[in-house]
Amino acid sequence: MSHQQVKFYQTGTLTVGNRLLDAAQRTVQATIDRSNSLDSGHRACQGCGEALGARYAIDTAMRETNNKVIAANATGCLEVFTTPYPETSWTLPWIHSLFGNAPAIGTGIAAAMKVKGREDVRVIAQGGDGGTTDIGFGCLSGMFERNDDVLYICYDNQGYMNTGVQRSSATPGGARTATTMPVGPEPGAEFDKGKNVPLIAMAHEIPYVATASIDRLHDLEAKVKKAMSVRGARYLQIFVPCPLGWGSAPAQTVNLARLAVESGIWPLFEGEYGEITSVTNIRKQVPVEEYLKPQRRFAHVVKNPKQLSAVQAIADRNIRKFSLLEEQE
Amino acid sequence: MKNTKPFAITLDVGSSLLNKTGSWRTERPVYVDRLPPCNETCPAGENIQEWLYHAESGDYKKAWEEIMKHNPFPAVMGRVCYHSCETACNRVHLDDAVGINSVERFLGDQALINQWKVKPGKSTGKKIMIVGAGMAGLACAYHLRLLGHEVTIFESSSKPGGMVRYGIPKYRMPNEKLNAEIYRIEDMGVKIELNTKIEDVLATKEKYGFDAVFLSIGAQNAKLINIKSDESIPSLSAIAILRGIEDDIATGLHGHVVVYGGGNTAIDVARSAIRMGAKSVKVVVRKSQEQMPAHYEEIDEALDEGVEIVPFHSISEIKKGQLILEKNFVSDSSSAKPTGQFVAMEANVVVQALGQNVDESLLDNLDELRLEDGVLGVDTHLMSAIEGVFAGGDMIPSERNVTVAIGHGKKAARSISQWLHGKFEKQSKKHEVVDYAMMNTWYYSDAPRTIRPMLDVVRRTSGFAEVVGDLDETNAAFEARRCMSCGNCFECDNCYGVCPDNAVIKLGAGKRFEFKYDYCKGCAMCATECPCGSIKMEPELI
Repeated sequence: MSHQQVKFYQTGTLTVGNRLLDAAQRTVQATIDRSNSLDSGHRACQGCGEALGARYAIDTAMRETNNKVIAANATGCLEVFTTPYPETSWTLPWIHSLFGNAPAIGTGIAAAMKVKGREDVRVIAQGGDGGTTDIGFGCLSGMFERNDDVLYICYDNQGYMNTGVQRSSATPGGARTATTMPVGPEPGAEFDKGKNVPLIAMAHEIPYVATASIDRLHDLEAKVKKAMSVRGARYLQIFVPCPLGWGSAPAQTVNLARLAVESGIWPLFEGEYGEITSVTNIRKQVPVEEYLKPQRRFAHVVKNPKQLSAVQAIADRNIRKFSLLEEQE
Repeated sequence: MKNTKPFAITLDVGSSLLNKTGSWRTERPVYVDRLPPCNETCPAGENIQEWLYHAESGDYKKAWEEIMKHNPFPAVMGRVCYHSCETACNRVHLDDAVGINSVERFLGDQALINQWKVKPGKSTGKKIMIVGAGMAGLACAYHLRLLGHEVTIFESSSKPGGMVRYGIPKYRMPNEKLNAEIYRIEDMGVKIELNTKIEDVLATKEKYGFDAVFLSIGAQNAKLINIKSDESIPSLSAIAILRGIEDDIATGLHGHVVVYGGGNTAIDVARSAIRMGAKSVKVVVRKSQEQMPAHYEEIDEALDEGVEIVPFHSISEIKKGQLILEKNFVSDSSSAKPTGQFVAMEANVVVQALGQNVDESLLDNLDELRLEDGVLGVDTHLMSAIEGVFAGGDMIPSERNVTVAIGHGKKAARSISQWLHGKFEKQSKKHEVVDYAMMNTWYYSDAPRTIRPMLDVVRRTSGFAEVVGDLDETNAAFEARRCMSCGNCFECDNCYGVCPDNAVIKLGAGKRFEFKYDYCKGCAMCATECPCGSIKMEPELI
């Protein structure tokens, strides 16, 4: 990981800021003059993880590029809650596209900037998991394949939350959604289905792929920073809990992201040109039950030993596969 | 009017700042300062969390100055205080308590090395008389000087320091540190009249024109019991022995030493006897080892050094060069009952360490004042039945230890000052104590406690060298940084970071934060993610 681990400074680098750290080591979010790319007054629900993740990521990109970022945004919550006509919460050039073509719009803007000789202006395309893993998937794969100079950020809240919580190909096994009700012998979303888009992105052998979580800000910012330091197609998927869709308390959003990481449900890793280059260790491992319990979408899973052990098996597999418990250098 | 807007555009672009999402809120976050458990339990009323905060950033002088607002003896405290703060420390639930005591000692020693000083307050022209230059008297003198009053202390012994000098052996409390901290108080203009026993308090007050009096003579008379004896083994008093060691007078400790009593004084004598070459040292206690009033750390160190504890026995007779002990039966109700079974024990000296009494002769000329249950009663302002005569330390009803005495000194000084101004102030209400459950401790880095280097057991039993070593600057800062700052914002920026609505304003270093209630939706994420529990959610009153 590119950020320095500072030990014993009371909270080290686990909190957003730390008065004892050198200014250069502090997060963008801890600075008074952060750009607040996604400003107050937006209509996201209380405790929205996506609003938080988007500000974390875009603020970092703005800092890295001296505020020269253009963003293309797929249809979805992030678009709807930030830009009810004629208001906008974005404080950077921002364009809304269709549900499925944000990567292609990003490609077009990048091409335009190249033609105009403005390669100092960087392009970000972003969307939710529905717009990314399902509807925009073809455009995204094309953008990767062409290695267009775009950072694509997927804010993963594991479903179509804007339209009323339907299942997407990022919805985890067992989860209740409007289209995967907890009825019958296999209640909730089917297990062993869905797509792991970060690994699919890596299969394109693009320069940079990473997963991040809103509970680990230093890690998230370091990944955005790294992504902005390279050219070509890059992909970042940020885990953003959704209180409305998950049936969790708004105050628990960051905590749920933390429990997903600490249980092994959401592995944090980086890959370059098809190879995994680093993973972020679990700090204090917890059983998946702790992650599932505060969410109503998993209420039936917690009571169902078979499903519960299936979820634990997924976490265990992640821990094994990505070596999440081994000491990193 | 001609439309100058592009095709299909009818409205100007506006910012979402027009949309005041604060109206969604049913609960509002507020910043609070809660009381950390260390501060709550400190008998001297130190603001421990505050001075650790300064020590964390390496500002040792500021940290020391914060201690000095409440306690003029950090170097002494860092050695002899029984640190109830560490017992109360919330970090116990995470790994191990913060080594507050060792950091305090480091700061106290830094002050002595760098000769940091404290200035007395602006002169008020009032004169206060203090009887007894123990910790309570010296602390009171110090605080009175801070408040600008003139102070004279009358002390019957040849040196100031009271029980810290005469009751605590040098391996725990080296003289040069004690002398230096007392000198710093004298340097502020406190007069100490040594070898002066006050016979008539009010007459002395009248004679020199003092405006108020603080009595702090301690409890220096040994409580001795009559053991049936044929005089074949000498029976000595623990307090006299410890005093003898300080003044380099022969103590009579030799051969097989048996100490009777389970308090800190008993352990001090036992450990001193080991250092003076006793063949064996046994401490006889009536009840179990766990029920001994001595501090567990002292007991552990004594056991390491070879002291043996003999529980469930009373000394019943000294006969033909032997001690006759009677076995006790201790039921759940914890009172010891004799069983009538006797055993003999080899001994050359018996030392009684069964407590101390207040010297009543001081009250001979004070008709209004009488001891009750061996102590002098005072009101909540530490004033006795005589107007303008205050008292504190071991002589009033309270737990008897150094830190409590220093706390009395501070409180008495403030009461005296208020009394001189004609009115006692009401005590301000204490903040809510912060409980571990109010905090989000995931954020605190794993950091095991630094163990103060302990002198090798063999080395420390052969002399009076100090047993517990110092922290150096790097590990003192490290230890301070283990403080979780319970209930008090330490500017970690979490609230500022985790708000999805940018509804927290960062005011800059040292100025903390403010909420933008126009936009705060009341999701309580800030309160949940605040590591130290200094954000509280309150219902919105509509």
